[in-house]
Amino acid sequence: MSILVNKNTNVLVQGITGKEGSFHAQKCLEYGTKIIAGVTPFKGKTLFNGSVPVYNTIKEAKKECRIDATMIFVPAGFAAAGIIEAVEAEIPLIVCITEGIPVIDMLNVKAALNCSKSIMIGPNCPGIITADECKIGIMPGFIHKKGSVGVLSRSGTLTYEAVNQLTKAGLGETTCIGIGGDPIIGSPFITFLKKFEEDPETKAVVMIGEIGGTAEEEASEFIKSNMKKPVIGFIAGKTAPAGKRMGHAGAIISGGKGTASEKLKTMEKNGIHIADNPSVIAETAKKALNL
Amino acid sequence: MDIHEYQAKEILSKRGIKTLRSVLCHKPEEVYNAYKTLSSSAAVVKAQVHAGGRGKGGGVKIAKSADEAKSIAEKMLGMNLVTAQTGKEGKLVRKVLVEEGAEIIKEFYLSLTIDRKNAGIAFVASAEGGMEIEEVSKNNPEKILTVPVNPLYGLKSYHILEISLFLGIDKNLHGGLSKLINLLYGAFISEDMSMLEINPLILTGSGEFIPLDAKIILDDNADFRHPAFKDLVDENEEEPLEVKAKSVGLNYIKLDGNVGCMVNGAGLAMATMDTIKEFGATPANFLDVGGTADAKRVETAFNILLSDKNVKGIFINIFGGIVKCDMVAEGVVSAAKNIGLKLPVVVRLEGTNADIAAKIIENSGMNFVSANSLADGAQKISKIVNG
Repeated sequence: MSILVNKNTNVLVQGITGKEGSFHAQKCLEYGTKIIAGVTPFKGKTLFNGSVPVYNTIKEAKKECRIDATMIFVPAGFAAAGIIEAVEAEIPLIVCITEGIPVIDMLNVKAALNCSKSIMIGPNCPGIITADECKIGIMPGFIHKKGSVGVLSRSGTLTYEAVNQLTKAGLGETTCIGIGGDPIIGSPFITFLKKFEEDPETKAVVMIGEIGGTAEEEASEFIKSNMKKPVIGFIAGKTAPAGKRMGHAGAIISGGKGTASEKLKTMEKNGIHIADNPSVIAETAKKALNL
Repeated sequence: MDIHEYQAKEILSKRGIKTLRSVLCHKPEEVYNAYKTLSSSAAVVKAQVHAGGRGKGGGVKIAKSADEAKSIAEKMLGMNLVTAQTGKEGKLVRKVLVEEGAEIIKEFYLSLTIDRKNAGIAFVASAEGGMEIEEVSKNNPEKILTVPVNPLYGLKSYHILEISLFLGIDKNLHGGLSKLINLLYGAFISEDMSMLEINPLILTGSGEFIPLDAKIILDDNADFRHPAFKDLVDENEEEPLEVKAKSVGLNYIKLDGNVGCMVNGAGLAMATMDTIKEFGATPANFLDVGGTADAKRVETAFNILLSDKNVKGIFINIFGGIVKCDMVAEGVVSAAKNIGLKLPVVVRLEGTNADIAAKIIENSGMNFVSANSLADGAQKISKIVNG
């Protein structure tokens, strides 16, 4: 078991013939992901990699196959339209890797998602991976190993850091999700925490947050009232100055709100096991699981 | 991206919002002439810098004659304006805005922001105009009204009514405020703003609502559909190293410490800074070199780190994802040799071929130390810079 994706998940790639899209679609195929179709306007009726059919629109693709998830590599200026196309096509899981989508566009995307059954991951994220089964995203597959910990993060490489530790510590992972580094994202931590709590194979969850916004505070309250499984938390940006955007569009302390210390305080109060620095994430997980 | 008050007002004015007449000046003589041109009984000389709290710092002064305006400008232009938002070093005033006076009946606070929690746009209003809103929010939260607007339905008359009632606006003035709020909402969306703050918004003797100050933050990500954004950039207002880094596609933020950091990924970069601090040293910067840490990028990054004279040592922390670590290591070594790097460098490379990479680092003949984890690296560099 795992959450959201597994070896049977049929994946579509939007923007499959672009530079990023084709490179990562290839890597996902090598990992074992069932990429069954791609979409690029005016590239319909061609084949990607000699085997994956490319369509002009999602509508065309849907006529030919069942699509469980889509991975979006469409450039930032067109990405919001790409996401809404996937929402309208009722694709259950939408994973948007694209970085740099204007915030105003994301407000429309969120409004569309709220009226649909689709779950969206990202944008500006590494994607989702169920170890040894299905990788929808840009993370290095080889660091992942099937195991018992679910991973959620607002970051990319910092997630790899945590996963690498979990794998080396022999804990391994069930599913890892990068929820995205933008101020407005498809789904908050809570959407996935709920699923991890229900997943029998997930024994604990690692949640990696960072400065900016209140996503971690809201997640903490959910964890306290709804979760029995231990959650291990880390917040990046203790040394970040106020008012500066730290790389991610969403990582900014504004008006004194969104600091690491504020988040850590709320998390600790709600029973989350805090990893004081990123090097002790796996160690903290082991302790939380009494291993 | 931040813009100046005069630019913000130009944007508002273009969208049909009434602003006071004003002239942008770079020299005291221009201020003298501007005062004459405005032919108002008084004018306000305002320092144009990217920072709030200008009034308290002496960056906003009233003049009652052209001579007075000129003498204010003589002091203001070239001064280092220190406000609560500039830090101790302050900001050099290079231009001032000379604005006509207005009869102020009442001052309000009005802003629009991205509401992260509700994924919408929110109005924030208060009758405590001219005050620092963070202070009001802390001491008198009941004096602040937040009205979230669902972007799907847009701004409706009842949203505006709620604001009017909260601010105690009479029925006969409600129409004027309503028109302004509609224009502000339209401008916020069409111009891709992430913040629009009017503090104060004034009610004049003639019953008009006018933004006396305006602060706008534009969404950099939307620059592809706003060619005019690039003309609004004032590089003088930014940290020179940050400008240089940006021009080569690196994400760099200068800090006060002495350990130069080079990391791939924003989250890992922040975590690296935090870990350095934990081991007793202080980070000199945030630097995300991005996914492709090739020799050319690393060399540019080295040059930027070395331009900061506080840097006593460098910590490179790269989690090689799809790129192989030995390739990154070779890039780092060749970049360091190219620029003749003398400073001590601790290198941590994780991912495929990390062991080969460590050997390349150790055998480089440079002042390099290899580390096998983030903590190990942070500890080693802290020891080196602390002596």
